Amino acid sequence: MLDIKGIWKTFNAGTVNEKTALRGVDLHLDNGDFVTVIGGNGAGKSTLLNAIAGTWLVDEGTISIDGTDVTKLSEHKRAKYIGRVFQDPMMGTAATMQIDENLALAMRRGKARTLRTGISREERENYKELLKILDLGLENRLTSKVGLLSGGQRQALTLLMATLQKPKLLLLDEHTAALDPKTAAKVLETTEKIVGRDKLTTLMITHNMRDAIAHGNRLIMMYEGKIVVDVSGEEKRKLTVERLLSLFSQASGSDEADDKLLLG
Amino acid sequence: MANFIGALPGAASQGLIWGIMAIGVYITYKILDVADLTVDGSFCTGGAVFVMLFGAGVPVPVALLAAFGAGLAAGLATGLLHTFCGIPAILSGILTQLGLWSVNLAVMGMKANVSINVNDTANLNKLWVSLRFVTSVGDGSMPFYRHPIVVVGVFTLVVIAVLYWFFGTELGSALRATGANGNMARAQGINTDVTKVLGLMLSNGLVALSGALLSQYQSFADASMGRGAIVIGLAAVIIGEVIFSKIFRNFALNLLAVSFGAIIYYMVIQAVISLSNINTNYLKLISAVIVAIFLTVPYWKGKYLSKPVKKGGLPNA
Repeated sequence: MLDIKGIWKTFNAGTVNEKTALRGVDLHLDNGDFVTVIGGNGAGKSTLLNAIAGTWLVDEGTISIDGTDVTKLSEHKRAKYIGRVFQDPMMGTAATMQIDENLALAMRRGKARTLRTGISREERENYKELLKILDLGLENRLTSKVGLLSGGQRQALTLLMATLQKPKLLLLDEHTAALDPKTAAKVLETTEKIVGRDKLTTLMITHNMRDAIAHGNRLIMMYEGKIVVDVSGEEKRKLTVERLLSLFSQASGSDEADDKLLLG
Repeated sequence: MANFIGALPGAASQGLIWGIMAIGVYITYKILDVADLTVDGSFCTGGAVFVMLFGAGVPVPVALLAAFGAGLAAGLATGLLHTFCGIPAILSGILTQLGLWSVNLAVMGMKANVSINVNDTANLNKLWVSLRFVTSVGDGSMPFYRHPIVVVGVFTLVVIAVLYWFFGTELGSALRATGANGNMARAQGINTDVTKVLGLMLSNGLVALSGALLSQYQSFADASMGRGAIVIGLAAVIIGEVIFSKIFRNFALNLLAVSFGAIIYYMVIQAVISLSNINTNYLKLISAVIVAIFLTVPYWKGKYLSKPVKKGGLPNA
């Protein structure tokens, strides 16, 4: 489904702030894989997701989604294949627009925007049904401005928007990190529900090792711009925090893992 | 006082005309979240194109359409400078505005001022709006529907209706999303460069249309007629918002509030002029002060008079 071959990305090349964030990352995801991504600050997790989403173009390497080479495609063109939820709850929705208008925008992801009506009556009824999966009562507030919602509600809505048009790839960039623990758990639960229902190929970054272990069928750990640990299948199911830390120490040849990863 | 009352229909007509420009400013400033300074140039472009074409015998509706088209082109220039050349929006607008100064003079045959011959009655009667019609309707020599307030009022309502429809379409929603949250718009597959250019074009098209109506109303176009237009546009947007935001919620009504804002602005200016015998040279200063006051009021209100706002979130969110 997703094929990444040898991608490199350097920011601020040639200046004192030069930072090589990705150093030859290879990654292959099968259809229906739910992969959690973990790593300390600056390990390159978000950079990897942004590279796939096309926030900017990579310096080297290729990225293809479901057989289509998207390496040179701009962000809005790749959106046809990709659903995204950002870390910042403010980033995934338009605050000054209504809930139903936001959903209508998401419903047209990857399609030409014409002079047809932006939202039809049948659509609205449909959204009411779809919002019920979030279990937040938003189905009764269809015409409320999204800016009135809490961070958790906005993240849940963004998640629904990202999956409204079934994406070939779902990218979740620490989408629960800015939420309080209870809300984060609820959004994660909804994530599981939707990903499971639609069998979505998913890449989920998390700061939380327990979440990384508890969710998905595969776990990758990044360190200094590379994937250093890649666990799947039976091994992933039996994974513990201790085992993960020792895997990391072996792979990176460093003991600094503990603090960096646990404290994030 | 009698002076002031007598000047009211004229002030209201002018306010309505500037209101169409202000609706254009609303599209960039409020919807796209861009301060577009092209306006000061494109307003005159509309006037210049209209006066020259009308002078050459082109029918009024065609000349108005051409003015609108010239505005679209001005917006396109700013839009491309901003998106394709990566120049910050505010600077792109300033560049286009500066360039338009020469373009406008060239359109007017290298003259700073071109008039419409309104002493020729046949010519005058071809116009849709004119200052002279205010008195003609007043003394009964013309039917009431030729009054500039009626004609420009209908224009305004048509513009608002078309915009209301447009911003409800898929494309219009994409434009609103671009202004509300560019990241989100791109993540939903919207080419935000295209929508920004489109918004700037639409906005300047309306601004130029307004310029065309004003030059028709005052029967001349002048190279400096657009100077300070952006300030008047912002004044109208903000006055409309400050006064009507509590009662007008609907998008179409918000646009109507902008138009009312422009009328109120002109009434205030007219009141200052006719009640105080002030030298009209101070008009620009007065405009700047009025706009500054209306920009300050909402800020201070929020800062010193804020009540705790109920956020509307559910407890289980």
